[in-house]
Amino acid sequence: MIRETPTAATLVLGVDGWPGHRAGQHLDVRLTAEDGYTAQRSYSIASAPEDGVPAITVERLDDGEVSPYLVDDARAGDRLEVRGPVGGWFVWDASQGGPLWLIGGGSGVVPLMSMLRHRQRAGSDAQARLLLSARTPRDVFYRAELQAFDVTYTYTREAPAGWTGYARRVDRAMLAEAGFPPAARPRIFVCGATGFVEGVAAELVGLGHGADRIRTERFGATG
Amino acid sequence: MGFTRGFRRRHPETPAGVELPPGQYLTDGFPVLSAGPTPRVPLDEWEFTITGSVAEERRWSWEEFQALPRETPTVDIHCVTSWSKLGTEWEGVSVDTLLDGVEPLGAYTMVHSYGGYTTNLAIEDITDGKAWVVYGYDGEPLSAEHGGPARLLVPHLYFWKSAKWVRGIDVIDDDEPGFWESLGYHDRGDPWLEQRYQGD
Repeated sequence: MIRETPTAATLVLGVDGWPGHRAGQHLDVRLTAEDGYTAQRSYSIASAPEDGVPAITVERLDDGEVSPYLVDDARAGDRLEVRGPVGGWFVWDASQGGPLWLIGGGSGVVPLMSMLRHRQRAGSDAQARLLLSARTPRDVFYRAELQAFDVTYTYTREAPAGWTGYARRVDRAMLAEAGFPPAARPRIFVCGATGFVEGVAAELVGLGHGADRIRTERFGATG
Repeated sequence: MGFTRGFRRRHPETPAGVELPPGQYLTDGFPVLSAGPTPRVPLDEWEFTITGSVAEERRWSWEEFQALPRETPTVDIHCVTSWSKLGTEWEGVSVDTLLDGVEPLGAYTMVHSYGGYTTNLAIEDITDGKAWVVYGYDGEPLSAEHGGPARLLVPHLYFWKSAKWVRGIDVIDDDEPGFWESLGYHDRGDPWLEQRYQGD
């Protein structure tokens, strides 16, 4: 287990006979209490396919049913029921090429990280950029590892001292500046809470990116 | 697999008298999941069609569709990502009304949506009061994010079958996988049999 932030942790799962996965896929975790009560949730796989084992990064939701257990209670050696990998749409293989434009909000960075790690391990020369929105620098997963990639951060609650970068929600102007232009025909993957994804996807279409070049994955609930 | 060390229920117990399909949990919200950007369909361009293996194809404009007999089903819905929402209120037209007199000659359908989404459904899963094309949710016009102008509503199956931004039903002779079904999800998707993925 690797603590990513005060509220998030990466769990490396040793799964007998794991069939392998593609970058961007997820898996289902099911927990069973002693009285037979079960709860299951889906988590994006953070590790590269080349790693051979799935690792998931879980953010603890205060009113969560499964995430508090995984982040706070699970210990190395514990056994979890896992099913997967699942999903064939929000995936990227290095063989598909780029440019690759990844846009994440908060914990939406998890499947995008799988893509970046895969790109590196596969030796791909596809251009790749990550636009990452987070509340504060302390909320950023994989912070140290991301230094090796082309990442643009925007902080929506509190920026680091002396920060000269973006400090607001992702908007059309930021998308026009921080990614690839429509003429480059990037493969775009957007992941985060539904409000984030809805807004970003609409702005991308408004900027002239083809809807068929934009793949989305939404986390969490909405009212 | 026995039980998970140290795990116990946190959420409140499911209310008495409420039975959820296996693996589902109750939500008060209304999550949105999608594969791409939300399509925007102007009502003066919207149309709904019944095509394919039928005795007679049909087409309705938005105004013609609004003039059809409407119903207000209140149903429970179940998403393959495990959330369930009870007592959702919709307004729209029963698929039985749309197929009235059409005489489907095939046993299956491929449902098509604006934006390219598809999902496959057996005729018997969308007839006899099991399905609607709805344009109202919770007393308001259906928002684009939730599938407006109109979406299919098939509450007895996982909600990915309730195609958002629906534009037509194509009747076919043999079952073929639609969008998510081609990507690993179950061809039928009965939540009570927990048919989430291919092979379940």
